[in-house]
Amino acid sequence: MSKKRSVEEINEKIRNGKAVVLTAEQVSAMGKEMTPAEMLSRVDVVTTATFGPMCSSGAFINFGHTTPPMRMEKLTLNNVPAYGGVAAVDAYIGATETAMPHDNYGGAHVIEDLIAGKDILLQASAKGTDCYPRTEIKTLINKNTINEFIMFNPRNAYQNYNVAVNSTSKIKFTYMGTLLPAFGNANFSTSGELSPLLNDPEMRTIGIGTRIFIGGSTGYVAWNGTQFNTGKPLNEHGIPVGNAATLAVIGDAKQMSTQFIKAAYFEKYGVSMFVGIGIPIPVIDEDIARRVSIRNSQIQTNVVDYGSGNFEILERTNYKLLFSGEITLNGKKIRTAPLSSVKVAREIAEILKKEITEGRFFLTEPVALFPETKGLNKLEVRI
Amino acid sequence: MTSKRFVLTFPPDATGEPITYNLIKKFDIMVNIVKADVSPGKIGHLVMEMSAPARVLKEGMEYIRQKNVECEPIDKKIHYRDDLCIHCGACSAVCFAGALTMGRKTAELSFDPDKCVVCELCLKSCPLNLFSIDIG
Repeated sequence: MSKKRSVEEINEKIRNGKAVVLTAEQVSAMGKEMTPAEMLSRVDVVTTATFGPMCSSGAFINFGHTTPPMRMEKLTLNNVPAYGGVAAVDAYIGATETAMPHDNYGGAHVIEDLIAGKDILLQASAKGTDCYPRTEIKTLINKNTINEFIMFNPRNAYQNYNVAVNSTSKIKFTYMGTLLPAFGNANFSTSGELSPLLNDPEMRTIGIGTRIFIGGSTGYVAWNGTQFNTGKPLNEHGIPVGNAATLAVIGDAKQMSTQFIKAAYFEKYGVSMFVGIGIPIPVIDEDIARRVSIRNSQIQTNVVDYGSGNFEILERTNYKLLFSGEITLNGKKIRTAPLSSVKVAREIAEILKKEITEGRFFLTEPVALFPETKGLNKLEVRI
Repeated sequence: MTSKRFVLTFPPDATGEPITYNLIKKFDIMVNIVKADVSPGKIGHLVMEMSAPARVLKEGMEYIRQKNVECEPIDKKIHYRDDLCIHCGACSAVCFAGALTMGRKTAELSFDPDKCVVCELCLKSCPLNLFSIDIG
């Protein structure tokens, strides 16, 4: 029977300063010449990371009570609407919400400004109740005046993603960036072999309760993400081709850094937020050793036409080609460009590596594993 | 010899006089067209580099302006806040001139101002809004 290693054994090594921690890029390079068994015997932990625009992000805030108290119903933060349909002074600010008509400032900017320690204008109204008589408020808040500031992102860290191209004769402005007409460019958005869910594609070590790096602080995987799909076809390396699994993640935004949380505005699309996520993968057996050795050339995805409106799959490509700056589509060479920052993802993987090596970050076993799904429901228009 | 880039703006009712041809034949100006978008009935733009002795260049500009075509030297430059750049690469997607490129090994953005044609597409494509126009 092949060797195995428990997460507790790995944590013991971390405690003793003896754990061997490498980044996913380092093990991908090593994997060319090393068998999974050798990898297992030499490496304890592999750090993975991503820093891309993740629209499905936001934060819960508790503002604290005024005297007399108020049950905030409609509220804005720097004129960006926040959702107040929860308890009295709780709210959720979504990253993509915008301060109309200035739609280039949105929830992500509010979150980044709060993390930076800036004052934010809070305006709220309410009908007033016997227990919450106040009906109006206008004041400044910042991260030191509020109680909780909890980032909760329902869908982050997509396991693989489409490559976007534009077949039409017009320039298209999309969440996949600017797409030049007549297949003028091809945009992609993952960190490839460095990306968390591509290094543990069956999610054997990443599950509910996994401790992670999020936005510069320590957070947790809360649940499977929305649109979580384990039903995608796999290639011969066990990698789902196209958008598949996702993570719902949570962390204390007060502890985060604007280096790893960045508001973004995509022309004629709207606001999104770059979120830095790093996940350590314990090398518990040969299977995981093989998974973390995955290389960009082995990770494939679909080239999809974002111009025509029907999102037709045109071609299959791989990340080695995408990162080379050029792919071929219908015999024509197309320039490629990333939207997710590999440079910052590398920084995150290195930070996590250092924290684990120095005994400041310990690994977790999932409290529960994610479910298996058979694809996603479509929304039918029934009336 | 002086080399300079110019933006020529043609009115919708431009006469169709072969301005570029005349600049070459009559003024002996070396012309390198960087970008052209001129169609009848619309305001058209032509970006070109002209090389000639300074005096000849001035005469060439006067000739262009006589033809009711605006001729402005590109003193504009693209400026970008590299200190705030997160190296996502979104701007490199639109830079057909090849001025903004991603390092294959470094995964870092690099900007070569000499290749920039000031098309301004990067201004709209940067999700952090780090590009601006420097008017010289």
